[in-house]
Amino acid sequence: MSTPKIQLIGVKKRFGPKVVLDGVDLTIDKQSSLVIIGGSGTGKSVTIKSILGILRPDEGTILVDGEDITHINGAERDRVMKKFGMLFQGGALFDSLPVWENVAFGLIQGRGMPRIKARDIAIQKLAKVGLREDVAFLSPSELSGGMQKRVGLARAIAADPEIIFFDEPTTGLDPIMADIINDLIISTVKDVGATALSITHDMTSARKISDKIAMLYGGKIIWQGPTGEIDRSGNPYVEQFIHGRAEGPIKMAVKA
Amino acid sequence: MNFFASIGRATLTVLAHIGQLALFTGQALAAMVSPPIYSRLILGQMMRIGYYSLPVVGLTAFFTGGVLALQIYLGGNRFGAEAIVPQVVVLAVTRELGPVIAGLMIAGRVAAAIAAEIGTMKVTEQIDALTTLATNPIKYLVVPRIVAAVISMPILTAIGDSIGVMGGYAVSVYTLDFNGTGYLKNTVDFARSEDITSGLIKAAVFGFIVALMGCYHGFNSKGGAQGVGNATTNAVVASSILILAADYVLTALLFHK
Repeated sequence: MSTPKIQLIGVKKRFGPKVVLDGVDLTIDKQSSLVIIGGSGTGKSVTIKSILGILRPDEGTILVDGEDITHINGAERDRVMKKFGMLFQGGALFDSLPVWENVAFGLIQGRGMPRIKARDIAIQKLAKVGLREDVAFLSPSELSGGMQKRVGLARAIAADPEIIFFDEPTTGLDPIMADIINDLIISTVKDVGATALSITHDMTSARKISDKIAMLYGGKIIWQGPTGEIDRSGNPYVEQFIHGRAEGPIKMAVKA
Repeated sequence: MNFFASIGRATLTVLAHIGQLALFTGQALAAMVSPPIYSRLILGQMMRIGYYSLPVVGLTAFFTGGVLALQIYLGGNRFGAEAIVPQVVVLAVTRELGPVIAGLMIAGRVAAAIAAEIGTMKVTEQIDALTTLATNPIKYLVVPRIVAAVISMPILTAIGDSIGVMGGYAVSVYTLDFNGTGYLKNTVDFARSEDITSGLIKAAVFGFIVALMGCYHGFNSKGGAQGVGNATTNAVVASSILILAADYVLTALLFHK
């Protein structure tokens, strides 16, 4: 068996007295697409940010291609980050830069590519997500939510990353636009041959874009398996979540 | 509630903040001396921090010089020393008021703008996005602002010094019946180069404080619009206080006898 692309072993993270991740174990195979589902505030974003090194886990190990990246910094971190692309929930586009420079950012700043060449690549990537060339010269604030997501996707794939993270890719979009984004995610991930890790609570999207699904609850992965088996999980927590029932073992904290 | 526990908690919070700031400053200084250096961004920030601050610094310097001349004249008049106006004006402006007024204006204008911009980038995940694009946010956002502020502030202050002296000149010559040539001659004869350089050194330090405070509070803002608002306020208040405190320390060090 080959080395998994990403491996989390006993990852723990707490903020003050609040334990968010309580020993997460997760394996993502090369060129597979894993979706982590779970309610709001269960640590989905913290998991992704820990892998990216934006947050540092308190305990545990994170391996990428078998390399321990839990505690690396500086140039080492930059080198590993070049394997990653990420689509942020709100797009997180740089509003001081035009659309094309957003898409080309990783190429120009991260890899030192000449601006003219990077611009051509940016326009190609924008075409891949269905945006015409004239959009490239607009400012991100002039775009609709769906278009911002597309630009964010183009930016995530601009440098042909080996791993792409999607943070709530369909949240805040209408159902049709959500499906368009789902299709784009599938085609772009296939296109660059990347490994994908997504977090979402949109079950339609989760079923569509994943090979495997894992559910995060109480700081632990409580169930994981192939997407086709999620309806036969036999796990009451998963059952409650995928059917969106208010009654069940999961108690939502109404008061913070 | 235990009285000692609350004192302890407050003390720990203050110490944690000082530690966090020291760490941030260390990261910024380390990033400053290692490649890549974004010279395009430094130039852009110099336009924003330095060039666009010229009007406000010029205006405040002019009125400060003017009111200084008037006050010294009225005060000096009590013991027949009103002729000392040009000497005191140039001394006060170059050593103290030029850099401090410019510093406070920049604190209001630039620290607020930096904190609001970086704070918004923080809460909209743009800073996280920089990390995922293999770009160090400290290097990309903080270093250009600090370098630009440290270069721009002495230039702004030098211009403010000249305008401040001219403010004193205008009031003295046009309302207090001083002789224009005599006023300028007294100014030039009296001022020493250390008066001017000490002010410019102060200005560079104030520039560092303003940019650092703007970036630090922006980076540590959380929780949406209100968090950004708080970061902006804190950046302006902290940089203003630190400028006045640093001014005292620098004066004591620079004119140590």
